[in-house]
Amino acid sequence: MIPGYAGKLLEVNLSTRKTKEANFDEEILRNYVGGRGLASKILWDRLGPKWQSVDPLSAENILLFLTGPLTGFFPGGRICVSGKSPLSNGVVGSTVGGEFGVELRCAGYDGIVATGQAEKPVYLFIKDSDVEIRDASYIWGRDAKQTMTILTRECRELLKKRYSQYGEWKEPAMLYIGPAGENRVRTAVVAAKWTHAAGYGGYGAVMGSKKLKAVVAKGTGPLPEVADMEEVKRLMQKVCDNAYENELWRRWGTGSGGYEVGAKTSSEPVRNWQDEWHDERSFGVDQFENRVWIKQYWSDFGCPTCCLKVAVVKSGKFKGAITDNPDYELQAYLGPNLGIFTPEGNVFLASVIDDLGLCGIQTGNVLGFAAELFQRKIMTKEDLDGIEPKWGDVQAFATLAKKIALREGVGDLLAEGTYRAALKIGKMKKIDVLRYAVQSKGMGIGAHGIRSGKDYPEIISYVCSVQGGDHTSTTGLPLDGSGSELWEIFNDSGVYCNFNSFGVPRKVKFDFYKAVTGMELTTKEWCKIKGSRILQLQRAMLLLGGPDVKWIPKTNDANPPRFYEPLPSGPYKGKTTDKDRVEEDKERYYKEAGWDENGVPRSNVLRKLGLEDVDCALEKLR
Amino acid sequence: MTRKNEPIWIARELSKCSGCRKCEIACSLYHENRIWPEASRIRVFMLVPGTDFPHFCAQCDDYPCVQACPVKALSISKETGAVLVNAETCTACGKCIDSCPGRIPHMHPGGKHVLICDLCNGYPQCVKVCREGEWNVLKKVHRGNRPYKLYARTPEEITRDLVVKIYGEEAEKFV
Repeated sequence: MIPGYAGKLLEVNLSTRKTKEANFDEEILRNYVGGRGLASKILWDRLGPKWQSVDPLSAENILLFLTGPLTGFFPGGRICVSGKSPLSNGVVGSTVGGEFGVELRCAGYDGIVATGQAEKPVYLFIKDSDVEIRDASYIWGRDAKQTMTILTRECRELLKKRYSQYGEWKEPAMLYIGPAGENRVRTAVVAAKWTHAAGYGGYGAVMGSKKLKAVVAKGTGPLPEVADMEEVKRLMQKVCDNAYENELWRRWGTGSGGYEVGAKTSSEPVRNWQDEWHDERSFGVDQFENRVWIKQYWSDFGCPTCCLKVAVVKSGKFKGAITDNPDYELQAYLGPNLGIFTPEGNVFLASVIDDLGLCGIQTGNVLGFAAELFQRKIMTKEDLDGIEPKWGDVQAFATLAKKIALREGVGDLLAEGTYRAALKIGKMKKIDVLRYAVQSKGMGIGAHGIRSGKDYPEIISYVCSVQGGDHTSTTGLPLDGSGSELWEIFNDSGVYCNFNSFGVPRKVKFDFYKAVTGMELTTKEWCKIKGSRILQLQRAMLLLGGPDVKWIPKTNDANPPRFYEPLPSGPYKGKTTDKDRVEEDKERYYKEAGWDENGVPRSNVLRKLGLEDVDCALEKLR
Repeated sequence: MTRKNEPIWIARELSKCSGCRKCEIACSLYHENRIWPEASRIRVFMLVPGTDFPHFCAQCDDYPCVQACPVKALSISKETGAVLVNAETCTACGKCIDSCPGRIPHMHPGGKHVLICDLCNGYPQCVKVCREGEWNVLKKVHRGNRPYKLYARTPEEITRDLVVKIYGEEAEKFV
């Protein structure tokens, strides 16, 4: 067995209520690592031939919770959630922080494969090799905090009853959905703790479609054996020492961007991206620190950075609202993007979104879209069930968010996510509203714009990414360069926190991988073979898409139209994206990635990587 | 500063805990040479998100666990003041857990004996990592004649207090 792996997956068929253990060929682990890479392989092997006809929200879809060999060792524990995405209809490796991945590995599993669909709401309770499918009817409809409270109590009681000699039981870790996931809202998350979320991909809706309210795990074993423990310890220290130096990140987390990305790099969504600049000092991260943070350092397993904070509104009409930082993305999307510029309003809206189990980015994106349509009088108060989403009206956005989570009235339309909602509204109003939809291949774009050219994404970062608008999986040129998506694929397949890997040389990551698994890996091997293979698989499934949406690279490998409008204000006023350059870069990217002029992976490239069946499946797209 | 061969104690400021669990990692690496959270002598509880805290032996002034052990598997280290477990003698009967006001000891998940913080022979690894990251929840101090028993509290008791301290009494419903 390869070191660093527990060596088996837990497979749960929710239709038949049967569970079994699944083992993997070592060759597959060698090639696909874990997390996002392994998810792509499993999904392709099982759903590949019928990919286009699989409805992501049907029993046919497969929901995956996968760790990687580095989970628990590389500081900052995470787990990767995947399946056929109800947003992009391809595969997204959506990771979330917390202890779940560690508990699962300590229970003896590298991951969970959930198939089928339960008849009634259930949750999965794993205690080492004891696996139970338990009734969740009575918590169906409960919000994030209620769900965690009830399940923490119930599972600790069970452990206490069954293993009364053990002493006090620590809480098991869990992943769960809120009302949004239950109602198959495409912008629903798979959540951890109260505020952590695997947002991109919309897997909360997949979990809801399977009537799986939560997965709960307690593992009492150690993390798997590694190839060289002394070296693992040395590298853990190295990664931590690097993080300890990053004072701004430790103190403020990504939240420092709430002011900086707006004022300095001018790349923050403001009023549905009609602008990307603001210099509101009211939204400076120091205001968050002083006004709402009641916990300055909050972290997940082994994390030296603690980019998370806990925020509570202490006075005023939003008093009592609890959420995390919010991090930069939620500050932006539930802040300036909706014309909100106060920490209190932002924290309140983030807490509403968290409680409902919605994704702050995707929901912030669709709320901004709706508000712009209202601003332009394309959608009226009547269309919006009497709600008037004026910029900055926190309460109006909270009400709309609730309607989305419950799929009530106009919420049912917006629950489809920005892209699908735009198509429907376009038909309804007989006007093209896709020009106001800031998304790429069904995924609302993360809160980092490209127009100023001062932020990290490149002009083709979202255009060519196999995860669309995902700001944690942007790509760039050259394909073996530091901005390439291949490195995000490595992070998400090794499954650890990429924030703790900032400033950590690539060689250290490969050394870490070797110390854990005993296997050598080089940049060349990753970029030309292993990483590339995962990239091609994801690209193939993204292009096959279906059944309800399908992407044509010529038209859909594109930036949202908004990114070609000149920036209206700020230090980069007038600046915009050069369309010709995008086309040139895109052409170069296709070439480097081994895709033909239509953006489809080339036959010889796929065959060289041993992906003959993928090649056959893509024949119809060429 | 503490001198060599002098009883020590680990002072703790629980509300500062980030929940990073580096103490669990350091403890299990030191004692088991594995990363093994459940085999750690110090365990981070998070019964309510945001109220993470380390739960570990307070070396009570009267050592009720040592007195409760029917097979004399527990002893007090003269050098450090720690409770030492003789894994060979221990029968895993659980009497020490029941006698502990904080229900702090727990069973080794891989063996048949109880786990109690042994203060790493005077050089506690949990303190080292906690201070290295400047969370400073833990601090090694000289052991004096103090009412340490006050610190031996159950996870629920500590959680309730932290929830009220951090979120206010409204949040007690989350415990």
